[in-house]
Amino acid sequence: MRPFEPARVVEWPDSIREGRRPTLAVWKFASCDGCQLSLLDCEDELLAVAAGIEIASFPEASSAVVDGPYDISLVEGSITTEQDARRIQEIRRSSSVLVTIGACATAGGIQALRNGRDIEELAAIVYALPGYIDTLATSTPIADHVHVDLELRGCPIDRGQLLRTLAALANRRTPRLPTTSVCVECKSLGTSCVMVAHGTPCLGPVTQAGCGALCPSFHRGCFGCFGPMESPNVDALRDRLIEHGMDGPEIDRLLRTFTPDAFAPRPVPPEGSS
Amino acid sequence: VSGRSVSIDVPVLARVEGEGALRVVVEDGVVDDVELRIYEPPRLFEALLRGRHHREPVDITARICGICPIAYQMSACAAIEALAGTEIPASIAALRRLLYCGEWIESHVLHMAFLHAPDFLGLDSGIEIAQLHPDLMREVLQLKKTGNRILEVVGGRPIHPVNVRLGGFYRSPRVEELAELSADLDRARSAAIALLEWVAGFEFPSTTGASAAEAEYVSLRGDGAYPICGDRIVSNRGLDVDVATFGEQLHQRQVPHSTALHASLGDGSDARRYQTGPLARWMNNADLVPDEVREVTDDLGLSPTETNPFRSILVRGAETLMAVVEAQRLVAEYVPPASPWVEVAPPAGVGHGCTEAPRGILYHRYRLDDGGLIADAVIVPPTSQNQHAIERDLRDFVGSHLHLADDELRRSCEQVIRNHDPCISCATHFLQFEIERSGSG
Repeated sequence: MRPFEPARVVEWPDSIREGRRPTLAVWKFASCDGCQLSLLDCEDELLAVAAGIEIASFPEASSAVVDGPYDISLVEGSITTEQDARRIQEIRRSSSVLVTIGACATAGGIQALRNGRDIEELAAIVYALPGYIDTLATSTPIADHVHVDLELRGCPIDRGQLLRTLAALANRRTPRLPTTSVCVECKSLGTSCVMVAHGTPCLGPVTQAGCGALCPSFHRGCFGCFGPMESPNVDALRDRLIEHGMDGPEIDRLLRTFTPDAFAPRPVPPEGSS
Repeated sequence: VSGRSVSIDVPVLARVEGEGALRVVVEDGVVDDVELRIYEPPRLFEALLRGRHHREPVDITARICGICPIAYQMSACAAIEALAGTEIPASIAALRRLLYCGEWIESHVLHMAFLHAPDFLGLDSGIEIAQLHPDLMREVLQLKKTGNRILEVVGGRPIHPVNVRLGGFYRSPRVEELAELSADLDRARSAAIALLEWVAGFEFPSTTGASAAEAEYVSLRGDGAYPICGDRIVSNRGLDVDVATFGEQLHQRQVPHSTALHASLGDGSDARRYQTGPLARWMNNADLVPDEVREVTDDLGLSPTETNPFRSILVRGAETLMAVVEAQRLVAEYVPPASPWVEVAPPAGVGHGCTEAPRGILYHRYRLDDGGLIADAVIVPPTSQNQHAIERDLRDFVGSHLHLADDELRRSCEQVIRNHDPCISCATHFLQFEIERSGSG
């Protein structure tokens, strides 16, 4: 995963400059649909969002599709086929502000576990006739293919963060997104540290905040679904995890789950060698 | 219309979870070929699960589907706990059932009000319905939100909940956290009845009906209550087996036009096609529908055996009401488990698990090695099992509705697909509609 460099200044589409309702399009690549579902899960705000933003293309929710260009595009999912690699270029051309949503779009997602492995062998495990299956050997984030203006992390994204981002964009503000670790959220919420208090292994110290430190509030260690914070010290955490009784393969599995390449851990031994 | 030849293209099938393509060929007034093509990019979960620890499928397989993650979490737990021979205490089973009720409510209401109802009204979206019926949709949104609230309180968040683990939960909700759901559930119960009454007023297209009426309907069989989790699989044609036996009979076949595998019972010439989902649950467990739900559905004219696929929206409505009633009971009776989870220590071997996702049974099988790592994983989502039924219904419908104009026929075909609430993310998507007519159609 290439380090993401957010645009310092979002170039506002004309509609927003002119005080018109911006148009929104929602796009899906390889993913589970969960991040775009977050928008439909905004039950209290959905109708208000629809009043403030023109939902021009959202196939999961509506069969009415308005042609682009669009002021704001939300992109879910990772690039895993040649066709999708071409499609994201077209979407970039027809979008003023492109926002990637979720771990698949921002980091390749769990399907990036294929990266560095033999894709034909993997496809043959699932399909009797892998020859019919058209897929790339890699699952890559959107920012590897086109310029991305903003990214919302998480598997899935945080609904509140999505709404605040849409509200900011509709009001010509650049949304503020956290760059600190989940630890900061635990401290601010007064949640006991699960590692200190219970010896529970936790990726909170290296994971970007944004979920409201959800897992620790359920007495569970963070599993890193928001991906790495800015400048994470993964090696230092690795040593702490070993002290908490985890072995190398366990730590590699923990780091390589929902944003498999993002924490840049030590090389993973081949499966079965643990 | 003699010699008529037509081709229609719809680049994306809207209002389904995922993307796929439909191809219908009509020649001389006879439906020659029907293909539901699913070419969602494959994500290869079963391959990626190999070498992972047996505690991980609970979180990993949830990512197959953002609409029904609890179904994946529960089927994964069921499979590995079955291998370990774990006895799940009643208090934990009750909390799981409450969590799953939250997913049924959220998923069924999303499908009914936002994806399926627009078809019956000739509209494009649920947002348009909200403009026409603001009072109803306000309550419907509250109902959907109540489902999500259950998922939040018990699971941590509505999509990919974090609180589920093998053997139970990381933390039991506090009594007062659940008690806060009561008022929402009371209001949701009225909304569920209002939604059901509203959809009961829709006009339901008649199909030729023959194929759907003769189909084999497969579901879990409840043990004293309408089934969500369970270990017995039955059909209206005499199937009655445990989950492991079902799994051994289950075959998946790859077809060239789809990245989703097609499921059948048995293989080769003996292969039996079947369908799963609300209609199957409803008819196989008619005696387990609570009285307070049956009273409502009797008044609205629902039969204990519904086979018209267009009427599946009614059964979803009945199941939504049932899930609300059940959630009310579970909240009222809640006593936190002595421990939020029990130890699960599976030996090497094979475990089978199956639970009722909102759109039908979801089967998982894992083979573990001596180190507790996954050597092999098989996941059969409901949409794989229903692909045959979807194509069968399309064939029936097109064959008996060739008099419709292309545009209307296309819209109706989309509705036929939505009758099954297909989750293409689950089954693996991009829907193009093509109809070719030739001859004297």
